[in-house]
Amino acid sequence: MVADAPNGNDITRTGFDPGAEWFAALHEEPNGIDSLTLQTHTSETAAVAEICGGFDNDPHRMLDILRQVQERYCWISPQAMRVIADLTGLTPIAVEGVASFYSFLSLSLRGRVTIRLCDDIIDRFSGLGAITEAFETGLGIKVGGTSANGAFSLEFTPCIGLCDQAPAAMVGDVVLTALTPQKASRIAEALKAGQSPEDLVSQRFGDLSPHERAERMVENNIRHAGAVLLGPVAADAGLRNGLDLSPPQIIDTVEASGLRGCGGAGFTTGRKWRMAATEQAERRFVICNADEGEPGTFKDRVLLTERPHLLIEGMTIAARAVGASQGIVYLRGEYVYLRDHIEAVLADRRARGLLGKAILGADGFDFDIRLQMGAGAYICGEEGALISSCEGLPGEPKTRPPYPVTRGYLGFPTVVNNAETFCHAARILDRGARWFSAMGCQGSHGTKLFSVSGDCLNPGIYELPYGQTVQELLEMAGAEDAAAVLVGGPSGTMIGRDTFHRRLCFDDLATGGAVVVFSHRRNILEIVEYYMSFFVHESCGYCTPCRVGNVFLQKAIGKFRDGKANPGDIDYLRDLSSTIIETSRCGLGMTSPNPILSTLENFPLVYSAMVKPTRDRIRDTFDIQSAIDGARKLARRRSHIFDRDFTE
Amino acid sequence: MSEPPRARIATASLAGCFGCHMAILDMDERLIELTKLVEIDRSPLTDIKSFTRRADIGIIEGGCCNEENVHVLRDFRRNCDVLIALGQCAIMGGLPAMRNAIMHSDEPLRECLEEAFISGRNIRNTTHNIPNDPALPLLLDEVYACSEVVEIDYQIPGCAPSGDIIFDTLSRLLTGRFRGFGRDMIKFD
Amino acid sequence: MTAFRFTIDGVEIDAREGQTIMEAADEAGIYIPRLCDHEGLRHQGSCRVCTVKAGGRSVSACTQPAAAGQEVENETPHLGKLRRDLVEMLFHEGNHLCPICEASGNCELQAMAYRLDMTAPTKFPYLEPCRALDASHPDIALDRNRCISCGRCIRASQDVDGKGVFGYVGRGIHRHVGLSAEDLAGTDAKLADFAISPEVCPVGCIIRKRVGFATPIGEREFDKGLIGHEIEERRHE
Repeated sequence: MVADAPNGNDITRTGFDPGAEWFAALHEEPNGIDSLTLQTHTSETAAVAEICGGFDNDPHRMLDILRQVQERYCWISPQAMRVIADLTGLTPIAVEGVASFYSFLSLSLRGRVTIRLCDDIIDRFSGLGAITEAFETGLGIKVGGTSANGAFSLEFTPCIGLCDQAPAAMVGDVVLTALTPQKASRIAEALKAGQSPEDLVSQRFGDLSPHERAERMVENNIRHAGAVLLGPVAADAGLRNGLDLSPPQIIDTVEASGLRGCGGAGFTTGRKWRMAATEQAERRFVICNADEGEPGTFKDRVLLTERPHLLIEGMTIAARAVGASQGIVYLRGEYVYLRDHIEAVLADRRARGLLGKAILGADGFDFDIRLQMGAGAYICGEEGALISSCEGLPGEPKTRPPYPVTRGYLGFPTVVNNAETFCHAARILDRGARWFSAMGCQGSHGTKLFSVSGDCLNPGIYELPYGQTVQELLEMAGAEDAAAVLVGGPSGTMIGRDTFHRRLCFDDLATGGAVVVFSHRRNILEIVEYYMSFFVHESCGYCTPCRVGNVFLQKAIGKFRDGKANPGDIDYLRDLSSTIIETSRCGLGMTSPNPILSTLENFPLVYSAMVKPTRDRIRDTFDIQSAIDGARKLARRRSHIFDRDFTE
Repeated sequence: MSEPPRARIATASLAGCFGCHMAILDMDERLIELTKLVEIDRSPLTDIKSFTRRADIGIIEGGCCNEENVHVLRDFRRNCDVLIALGQCAIMGGLPAMRNAIMHSDEPLRECLEEAFISGRNIRNTTHNIPNDPALPLLLDEVYACSEVVEIDYQIPGCAPSGDIIFDTLSRLLTGRFRGFGRDMIKFD
Repeated sequence: MTAFRFTIDGVEIDAREGQTIMEAADEAGIYIPRLCDHEGLRHQGSCRVCTVKAGGRSVSACTQPAAAGQEVENETPHLGKLRRDLVEMLFHEGNHLCPICEASGNCELQAMAYRLDMTAPTKFPYLEPCRALDASHPDIALDRNRCISCGRCIRASQDVDGKGVFGYVGRGIHRHVGLSAEDLAGTDAKLADFAISPEVCPVGCIIRKRVGFATPIGEREFDKGLIGHEIEERRHE
């Protein structure tokens, strides 16, 4: 059965009986609630209340509550929101504020399985179009739609961290990679035949360990293992050494190593820890940012899969250094397939006395970690937004100052570090600051994981000391015909051949690790337009310049692509970009114009070639023919002015 | 005694209500002072229908809602050294541009005209037709501000602009002393 | 509380520990343009119109703590340009047709455009939203096509009225002010709420019925003086 169902309400009218709870909620009639409605209301109320109870009705666990309600009912109904508001003590509009913020939560009914096709530019260049068609045909629904029997929804979603094996998709809680149209059709058939998403991975999915499941779904693609992270690692050696040191000594060691944050901004890790440690407070927190959402980045995916113990070890060391007893791993919603794996690692470490009370027998060294799942919001990679999200709020950055190290999670000093940073810290405690700082170059010590994808022979992860040139990395990756390289993802820099000698380090090309390669066959403006649409989609909307300005930038790039740009529009792009950068509230708006600015700088001809000159100060970009076309058809006559051999 | 050459001014009313032209009269007795500096060429005020020669200043009231507006506006841009958008309609579309925001259907123009001439609640149109005389210019898909169609040099805000701001702007432009508007003069209503 | 001094545009002013740049400036009679900030409400820092340079860095004056010896720039051509861009963005994000808006003359967005000389031909596109009107309430109407997402009604309802009638929903360009019920009539909003009072909504979004044109155009608040003049007059007292 095929249905073009734009929202949940239409689906119910097709007569499908989904198990009735949400059906009832949709047909809420103020006059004359029938007994079925009442009954199902009661059952949804009870079930939602049970979910809330599972989190002690704590409003700070709102995201977890909503994720579970979504999973169970395939949407967050108004009824559910009222119940949640009631039990958590919030207003219903506050609950809706959270529910409407995250892409993976829905205020209209979705299918029991949601298929999310990654529509990153890399996936588009790898044949996403044909795969989308195969899914649409196979499932009988269009992207954005839900099948009439309530079984499936089909959506696009931005980068899911699988650019090295694109095209990729999330199907329910599993991920599928290296898709082809044939594979897509087979998947659609299997799903329609009643197979679960897990069956698609393996018929004995349930028998596999969480790590085996992850390996079955996703290739690690480790192309070059460096000395710090991906080479041999002695288990918990750093943590054991840390126990012999005082907290200030741990911080001194990390600071002496020269370690800087690996998310891209590069704040000195030791300093961050020291600031949190010296702040007067009753409690402190350590949070791991595993929300890598920068398109083209997938290094944390590999660390989470292959080095989860090292990551938790690093967090535990940080906890000892700053005096935190609680930690959070914030895992992006797209990496839900790694959830069980991480949970298993946490459980294993608890069982072995590496987490919990008196870690490794050290009296008073208590530290435990909870896993916080995200729900589809790039902005949550920003540390303030990530903390907001952990607190059960919409993922909006916080006003700075105060900074998280002084007032972070729940108002307490909080260290937020990238997953890679924690791994490095653990290794530094094992091998020493000098060992680490000897690698890399001045100001950028140690190694860095680079996620290479796009037009190259060997996409994957490269662990290299800081200071290599882009050219050297491209040669390793088999990307000799690269014409443009995006270093640091869309919020980084797009460079051309003439600057491939630039170095990957904080003083030259600072990066969180994404290196996206484009050959000469790619259209730069298409890439830029995609990335601007990404930022428009991912802006939280809190501040004016980012919310509105990015829409204007996206529209302006559209004008260039359509050949409707005025000569002054190049200056306009620069001018508007600088306003957005200077007035935005957080890093998203401060970097979102970068795809435009760096291509204007490094590929100026791409823009100037698309500009329409203005003659007699009359804008050629105003297209009178398309402007009167509708009226011409409606009036069934031609224009006296613009259709005859009329010379103006 | 020879008088200094007077500046030539042309005016046009596009998709507006003619209120901005009426506002020109709000300059009151200062009009006499102004006419010493200018002579008016093509304008509804003189009923001259086409440019007799190039004008120094063109003043446009109203935005572009139909093809004729575009034609006239382009003609003004070609024939005037300085082009001024007078009033909110010329500046940003004004009241006629209200239709832009309600036209989000597949056939927005049809929907808009049908409601205006046939299905609207207070319509008494016994012919049940949308007017379609060949003499009527074709409507544009939406209402455009003048600056979207041609380059505009100055904008005088207001609905309608006050006699004061019109006089102040014109007299300063004519004497080369225009440095922007006094903040207390700027009004969008 | 520790008192200290810092400068705004070269003028030395007094401040106390815990004050924001804007709070100190207000007391000293120096006006820093703002839209989302309103006396008596939590600072939000979202409209960014109060962007100033403090020690060379652009910050929002309504949230940035004042610091001893700090040099703040406020009325510079560069900041004027940034603020004008922001105000123009808000004009273009919604449908702001001043000639037909009953808030004209009392509207802070419009008044800010006057103060910031927003008179040059625009380069920004109009987004022309089509959001449904809500006239369900007997005394209040909502035209969210004119909303600038300042959130003043949200904070007023939540923090002052203790009600939570309004709240942000959605993300990015789709973020908007939502209601705690299907429509305004379904909420417990009352005309007497602070959130509904004329001073809270800076534009013509929250409309009190039957009083719109009691004061004629030309005799309204910002017809009498530029926005911010009350604060600036303190300086000369």
